[in-house]
Amino acid sequence: MSGPGLNDFVIKIGTVNGTGSASANGLLMKSIFRMGIPVVGKNVFPSNIQGLPTWYEIRVSGEGHAGRSGEVHMMVAMNQATYDQDLAELTTGGVLVYDSTWPRPQLENRPDVTVIGVPLMKMCNEVVKAARSRILMKNMAYVGAVAALVDIDLAVIRGLIEETFAAKAKLIDSNMEAVKLGYDYVKANYECPLRFRVSALDKTKGKVMIDGNTAASLGCVYAGATFGAWYPITPSTSLMDGFVKYCKKLRVNDENGKNKFCIIQAEDELAAAGLIIGAAWNGARAFTPTSGPGISLMSEWIGFAYYTEIPVVFFDIQRTGPSTGMPTRTQQCDIQTTAYASHGDTKHIVLYPSDPHECFDFAVRSFDLAERFQTPVFFLSDIDLGMNDWMVDELTWDDSYIPDRGKVVTKEDLDKMESFSRYLDVDGDHIPYRSLPGTDPKGAYFLRGSGHNKHARYTELGHEYQEVVDRLLAKWASAKTAVPAPIVHKAERQARYGMIAIGTSDAAAQEARLRLEADGMPVDYMRIRAFPFTDEVEAFMAEHEEVFIIDQNRDAQLLNLLLTETSVAREKLFPILHYSGEPLNYRFVYDELMKRIKLRKIA
Amino acid sequence: MTSFVKPKILRPNEPLNELGLARVDYEGNMSTLCAGCGHDSVTAAIVRAFYELSIPPHRALKISGIGCSSKTTSYFMNDSHGANTVHGRMPSFATGALSANNDLATIGISGDGDSLSIGLGQMAHAMRRNVNMLYMLENNGVYGLTKGQFSASADLGSLPKKGDPNEFSPIDPVAFALSVGATFVARSFSGDRNQLVSLIKAGLKHKGFAMIDVISPCVSFNDHKGSTKSYAHTYEFYSQAVHADYIAPSEEIVAAYDEGEVMPVELHDGGYIQLRKIDATYDPTDRGAAFNRVMASDNANEILTGLLYIDESQPDLHETQNMEARPLNQIPYAELNPGADKLRALQAEFR
Repeated sequence: MSGPGLNDFVIKIGTVNGTGSASANGLLMKSIFRMGIPVVGKNVFPSNIQGLPTWYEIRVSGEGHAGRSGEVHMMVAMNQATYDQDLAELTTGGVLVYDSTWPRPQLENRPDVTVIGVPLMKMCNEVVKAARSRILMKNMAYVGAVAALVDIDLAVIRGLIEETFAAKAKLIDSNMEAVKLGYDYVKANYECPLRFRVSALDKTKGKVMIDGNTAASLGCVYAGATFGAWYPITPSTSLMDGFVKYCKKLRVNDENGKNKFCIIQAEDELAAAGLIIGAAWNGARAFTPTSGPGISLMSEWIGFAYYTEIPVVFFDIQRTGPSTGMPTRTQQCDIQTTAYASHGDTKHIVLYPSDPHECFDFAVRSFDLAERFQTPVFFLSDIDLGMNDWMVDELTWDDSYIPDRGKVVTKEDLDKMESFSRYLDVDGDHIPYRSLPGTDPKGAYFLRGSGHNKHARYTELGHEYQEVVDRLLAKWASAKTAVPAPIVHKAERQARYGMIAIGTSDAAAQEARLRLEADGMPVDYMRIRAFPFTDEVEAFMAEHEEVFIIDQNRDAQLLNLLLTETSVAREKLFPILHYSGEPLNYRFVYDELMKRIKLRKIA
Repeated sequence: MTSFVKPKILRPNEPLNELGLARVDYEGNMSTLCAGCGHDSVTAAIVRAFYELSIPPHRALKISGIGCSSKTTSYFMNDSHGANTVHGRMPSFATGALSANNDLATIGISGDGDSLSIGLGQMAHAMRRNVNMLYMLENNGVYGLTKGQFSASADLGSLPKKGDPNEFSPIDPVAFALSVGATFVARSFSGDRNQLVSLIKAGLKHKGFAMIDVISPCVSFNDHKGSTKSYAHTYEFYSQAVHADYIAPSEEIVAAYDEGEVMPVELHDGGYIQLRKIDATYDPTDRGAAFNRVMASDNANEILTGLLYIDESQPDLHETQNMEARPLNQIPYAELNPGADKLRALQAEFR
């Protein structure tokens, strides 16, 4: 269906982790990006520091598709251990690049692919003395080989290397020399470039390549978050790394060198949750980045914050569960958990960003929503979004932004009041007023996770208890008019079928929809961006005969949430489930949809 | 349990503190604990200490976990923000709350179940971080609210009301605190009001983490013969090592004791903690010696009390975090927003 062709192909590189290949792969991708051609990069890595197989997939998409295609047109097979697997994955007519320093008898299994042998290690050993450098230089040599094959501009590569090693100038020449080794060998021994190759475009102006965790951390800074606590867990750690980095850069008082932030590495996720809830209770914008196992541990606190109405933000960067699962592989497996986290009747606001630009925007919105509705907000990302670089519009900021701190009473407000009741619905909008400690004796109240009435007093009286939890439900439901609305992509022709997805399923869903329509099958597509579901969600399902729900989990969590929270009939919804741990590709969505539609036609 | 509002009765000629507040202004709701519970005496000591220090109630935070001891935060200072949080997790909440505003006098109330079993990790890490708070561990050796199971502070061989004696090694909060680096470690007894009030005042004025392990007998489940946490047992084996008196910056140190028995420790507010040593050989500024002495007392069934260790020189969490003096929750957004230009500039690395 797609590629290979000019500016339309997929390169996959198989290496061993801990050998420095990540920088080489990043260099390849960035070079193509700098040539003005849209790219998609996916890092598939092990839960390990050194010695296990790792892959990097670069999709060159002149048309600007943002997801995976599901094909591999060039395999750079640098890891002997996964050689067979890598070879098997190559699409018919594809190109295999391997290190011909050693013989590879398996090559004979695939007469349908073109084989490019480059004696990378041998060449590097001849030129480079230090053993560690040889391995690093071998990586640069395959960059050169690929550059020759697909026609990447060497000057662009050099420019990037110069930026990387600006502080260590002598490394610039040695790295370029290694690039040239691969480049020159391929030029001298093979016909270059291949029929699929790059050609400079002008499609990356105003774009950046950024990962979702970094973008979200910037969102936290711009939202005015001052307190962060976390327990290190893959794949959320880089979010806090980003927050630390940007706070040190942007949030230190120039006059005295003192910090306008507080970041605490907690002893576990339970403490991380307690820390941010305590800080938020006392008026700081506070958040924690974590992943599924962390959410499990934080659950008791989450119910506490929900019931006591404390505004905090939980960033859940999902990874494959259950239990430890596959910590470096992606899934959308916390959809149900975050919607209802903690024991007892609890319902939360959850945002579903789909690219790093939205990570930035939604991070800011998460704090506004949390404080507006005085409740925990979940920002549901995943490893694909959080840790891969995505090409998105440059992040922008409106300096006229004023944080929505919600209903917080000041000393002046308190002076005018006869008395203050923490959980009283004064305005009839289900949202009470809160007072910060230290403001005024009149604002004092006792916060408790035990039964309380609207005056924040302990109660075991059923009607007093119910009055509070009924208001909590109404408050949550009212958030649907404040959360980000869904985005609908309508087919040009009347469509009988609808498709719904969230988060990182978006790129694959959008491309599948376009290709389905091109192939005569119009499908309308809605991307939901938040829970509680807005009215448009129910209307969209009502408008279509059958609706395909894309879930990156085994149990159709999004589908089931739709069933529970709307009046849609079960027969109308059909699950498309992808849960191997790899980022979703459009071909999978296309094929599943077509299969189902054909079956329906037969029936 | 229901909460009862205690009527505020101001007697004529009631003494007032520097703020013009009477002691009743530091009281809270009516206690719903059992008559004679040690915890109520601790509550009374807290009321007196805050009153005598003239701390405005609304400038204090009182935070607890879950259990009988943790209920007591609502029995004092109704004009303070209070929080009855999650079992064993008071330290993290308190640390977060203090990080947002370090100007508030913070008292954490916990018990031996809340601190030594479910919450041992959090207590240890609050100590390691030297969070600027007073941590009261109301220690009675049993779980009261669930009706009398042993806690981790129950002594070897101590008898329950019904059933078999405790066979597991106890965790001594004082020895534990010394080993993980708490900077103010004390033990007291709910039956010794004067000592307790002095220690609470000193602990509130100490910059850093102050822990007071208070033996506070449970009259319903652990006050019988054979219990090592009963009133009778505590009175019998009670031993005082060091008194600690808080001396405000405006007051003068009066040494009415022999040389060597009095040791002033200067505080950050310019005041002092004046240590009066009952045992002249004991040095409460020597961590190793304090640890040895505590272990020796434990072995001798002696309940060693007083300010057993103090180190006023360590930075508290606020300082190690290099935070501004101004509380985080009072920094205006204009100072937190780096601005659109900076965002544009920092994205150069992503192009």
